[in-house]
Amino acid sequence: MDPALSVVRLTVREAIHTLSSSEDCGLILSTLRCLVIKLSPVWLELSPDGQLEELWDSFFLKGPADQAFLVLMEALESTAGPSFCLMKMAQLLANFLSQRRMAALMEEQCRPQKKPGFTLLQETLLNKVVGLPDHLGNRLQQDNLALFFPQNYFPLLGEEVVRVLQGIVDALRGGLDCSVSFMSRVLGKICIQGRQKEILDVLVPQLTVLTQGSCLWQRVCWRLMEQVPDRTMEAVLIGLVEATPGRPEVLSRLLGNLVVKSKKAQFVMTQKLLFLQYQHTTPMLQSLLGYLAMDSQRRPLLIQALKELLETWGSSSAVRHAPVTQQHYLSAAILICLAHLREPELRDSQDELLASMMAGVKCHLDSSLPTVRRLGMIVAEIISSQIHPEGPPLKFQYEDDELSRELLALAIPGTSDSSTVLAGGSAPAPTASETLAKTMDDGVESANGSDPQVGPQGSDSDLDSDDEFIPYDMSGDIELKSNKAPLYVRDCMEVLTSSEDMERWEAALRALEGLVYRSPEATREVSVELAKVLLHLEERTCVSGFEGLRQRALVAVIVMDPARVAEYLTSQFYALNYSLRQRLDILDVLTLSAQELSRPGHLKRPTQQVSCGSGAPVLATSQADCTGVSGWRTVVEERIRSKTRRFSKQGFPRRELASSPSEFNSVAGYFFFPLIQHFDRPLVTFDLLGDDQLVLGRLTHTLAALMYLAINTTVAVSMGKALLEFVWVLRFHVDIYVRRGLLSAVSSILLSVPAERLLGDLSDELLEARSWLADVAEKDVDEDCREQAVRALLLLERLKDRLLPLSH
Amino acid sequence: MAVPLPLPPPGPQFVLRGTQSAVNALHFGGGAQAQGRQLLFSGSQSGLVHIWSLQTRRTVATLDGHGGQSVTWLQMLPQSHQLLSQGRDLRLCLWDLAEGRNAIVDSVCLESVAFCRSSVLAEGQARWLLALPGKGSDEVRTSTTDALHSPNHQVQILEMPSKTSVCTLKPEADAKPGMPMCLGLWQAESSPRPLLLAGYEDGSVALWDVWERKVCSRVSCHEEPVMGLDFDSQKARGVSGSAGKALAVWSLNGQQALQVCSTHQLTNPGISDITVRPDRKILATAGWDHRIRVFHWRTMKPLAVLAFHSASVHCVAFATNGLLAAGSKDQRISIWSLYQRT
Repeated sequence: MDPALSVVRLTVREAIHTLSSSEDCGLILSTLRCLVIKLSPVWLELSPDGQLEELWDSFFLKGPADQAFLVLMEALESTAGPSFCLMKMAQLLANFLSQRRMAALMEEQCRPQKKPGFTLLQETLLNKVVGLPDHLGNRLQQDNLALFFPQNYFPLLGEEVVRVLQGIVDALRGGLDCSVSFMSRVLGKICIQGRQKEILDVLVPQLTVLTQGSCLWQRVCWRLMEQVPDRTMEAVLIGLVEATPGRPEVLSRLLGNLVVKSKKAQFVMTQKLLFLQYQHTTPMLQSLLGYLAMDSQRRPLLIQALKELLETWGSSSAVRHAPVTQQHYLSAAILICLAHLREPELRDSQDELLASMMAGVKCHLDSSLPTVRRLGMIVAEIISSQIHPEGPPLKFQYEDDELSRELLALAIPGTSDSSTVLAGGSAPAPTASETLAKTMDDGVESANGSDPQVGPQGSDSDLDSDDEFIPYDMSGDIELKSNKAPLYVRDCMEVLTSSEDMERWEAALRALEGLVYRSPEATREVSVELAKVLLHLEERTCVSGFEGLRQRALVAVIVMDPARVAEYLTSQFYALNYSLRQRLDILDVLTLSAQELSRPGHLKRPTQQVSCGSGAPVLATSQADCTGVSGWRTVVEERIRSKTRRFSKQGFPRRELASSPSEFNSVAGYFFFPLIQHFDRPLVTFDLLGDDQLVLGRLTHTLAALMYLAINTTVAVSMGKALLEFVWVLRFHVDIYVRRGLLSAVSSILLSVPAERLLGDLSDELLEARSWLADVAEKDVDEDCREQAVRALLLLERLKDRLLPLSH
Repeated sequence: MAVPLPLPPPGPQFVLRGTQSAVNALHFGGGAQAQGRQLLFSGSQSGLVHIWSLQTRRTVATLDGHGGQSVTWLQMLPQSHQLLSQGRDLRLCLWDLAEGRNAIVDSVCLESVAFCRSSVLAEGQARWLLALPGKGSDEVRTSTTDALHSPNHQVQILEMPSKTSVCTLKPEADAKPGMPMCLGLWQAESSPRPLLLAGYEDGSVALWDVWERKVCSRVSCHEEPVMGLDFDSQKARGVSGSAGKALAVWSLNGQQALQVCSTHQLTNPGISDITVRPDRKILATAGWDHRIRVFHWRTMKPLAVLAFHSASVHCVAFATNGLLAAGSKDQRISIWSLYQRT
């Protein structure tokens, strides 16, 4: 007999004996270890048709799960390099997993333990169970089995957890004592490793179903959550909230009153998720706050959260420094809280809430970002309607857009009650679309003026089809305005200043722009006076598009006589006794007229302007406005081309845009320097560096635009220098809008000032600007600011690339 | 959904100039017995009636019978060569135009100084009824101070050519509809009773039974005075326009009661005349906003807004062949050919 065979036989016999009879885990452990050590291909081939292999497997798969698992993991770690044994054992581990031995392992840990040292064993097991994908990934490298990938392993583990919990529930029903703390630790550890999604996606749906209507299951679940170690509580809770978007009742079934019992959970749910993080979606917020609202013990927490939310919302420093997305998140949270709370509950803290709201509205409306202002308006409206349902409603005017609709929908209690949403999710939709379709039909009908009652009358002999009567275009059917427009610029001015006849006044306003373009000489005679009249013009009657008319007229006046009017307007910008509106108007018209002046061939515009009437001013005007003029030219060119034979292969000469000197060149200084000089000298009524930061923001944007439009002008270099100094002074301004303006100013300097001059004359300033840009790109709270800074940095890089070849 | 772009509204087929004053009244004459020689009569502010040939597009003759006072209404008697013209000189003249004549053969004095146009109901040449604003001359003036009995508030019905007064229609004592603004005399096919539709100053339209001298029905369909009405006796449906911003369509049921079917809003207020085309397919309105509006008569669907005139349009008229004429304060008469059956 082969001595080797006899050794094996001996070992196997011993092992069978030990494993079948022994209660001592230490002994089992050592036996299995011994088996593993003995494992070799030769060994397994000793017996024909794999009997020995089967037997060997069964030691591990049928023996005590925890021991087998530990030995396998240990052996896998200690086996060096890829080898037969390693693969064999990995295969065995895969079998172990797919035969649901993991459930047995975990279930074993949930039994009441009396053995000494079991905590150490549990700790080891926990590490091995959760760390399995990592260990095997490291060990097997390329040969890793798909089952051990985290995306496969953790869902499987989730299934096993449900199985174990099922076992526990059954045991409890049978009157046995069980502990879920091992499961809690497993769950916590998985979550803190960032695998919440994999496991909870499996776990939560199953638990949702199981906890429905079973108190025992709910209790087991609550216990499971309570036993999660504090260290991993946050990861578990965030994962759970993520896994139950918009379903607070599920969260409530799974968590119970965890927030009341666990300090850590309370901190995570009421502080961390609301104030320290803002990347979560609105459905998650809904499920979180809905969870707080669902039980009377948790409701005080909701009220507390609302108070704190409002306090943050109303703090001016938060409004100024927090990113817009976070403010949006906070607002949404406030609205959801309000949707859950009733007026009686709010009565106690009414004054407090009102005070925070008032402060919040003020600092939101002060903000120079439209989104922040809008948030302030929407939230204030809803808070006031909730706190004072009987009082006069607070009503702001804001545009009805995606953002406002979304937020307003949150404030309706019905929509946040997700059970109705889930149950009748599909039902309300068709009715809504039906009504929409109906209203649209109505609209069409009333537009056509056809009356639904007047159907075809049966007695009619002439049932004429309507095909014969196709309506003509009726777009020209507008309200008739009496034709009293003045024909001269001076008349226009007189009417605008003194006429009491409102129709005439309106007609004059409408006619002014065309008149100014048509009569340049007459305009120049009265240009400054006319600009003054227009600047002080108030809307005396309800004229549709008044702002646009006035603005276009002012732009026309500046374009006709740039130097004097721009000088006048820039001096008025820093003068006393103007409203903010007027100052902003000055900035707007200066930008628009500079754009007009710097456009090539802008003098062709008048004819076009008159023919096409009033169009909204577009900042970037297209180049399509010389079509009327060049119409005949294209015809002639077409004719020449058809009759010309060309020998060269170059094709037709490329038509070039007619070049003409920029009109802005000679007058850019009048626009720019007076504006940039006085910004740091506060007046009684006007303090750019103080309260009027909105104007300062607009000023920086205007200066940036002027700088950009001054491209190819001789004055661009000194403008750039002045502007860089201006930027340097204001670079740490707290207002986001101002910072955006500054960044765009830097970009336009980089675009407009010739590269050689930039490096020659402005190198120091550029270096400073560059470090500032890098700082902003990294640290600014506002996303737009960061993006703009990166763009400016890229421009700077490009500039450098362009200059380097030159210097070589 | 690709909706084909609507066509731009058409221009006038041609324009008649030369009245040298605002055109207040238009009427197509000729027709069947004129052997293709279609005529258009126009009454002007200066008191002249121009007769236009639509072939040559020139004036054929000019009638001067109202002493320089504006001509407000023109009507050709069917199957005859007689033309009625109403002027602001408080005379209603009957012209004989047969064989190139143009002489006044008869005239009626009007009592009312209002702008109400008269109306004619003529079955044959022998006898016809004329409804005109004002009180009959045969009635004794009892109390001129009483506003209700002022001649301006009444409608007189005369039988022509004998000029015998059939009756005078006075509003009831309790109703204060104001002056009649427009009249429409008609007769249902089934009964010989002549009926009169009158639009009043208070925006109501009343249906009078001429024989019984009483109001059958009255419906308030406008806020402003009714400026023009037309009635389609086949469909028992009529339409009226006012100084306000709406057109009203009303119908007459079997019990001779008027009821409003629908109203249609206009962009600009003020209608001075409204006419349904003789084939009852479309109707046209003359607007104070210088525009002619064309609607589909059955559905009241707006079909076209014709902007040609530069002053308010005073009158619209349809020829039997469907040609549309509009006269305006800008002294021009525009002729349009719309939705003609080819």
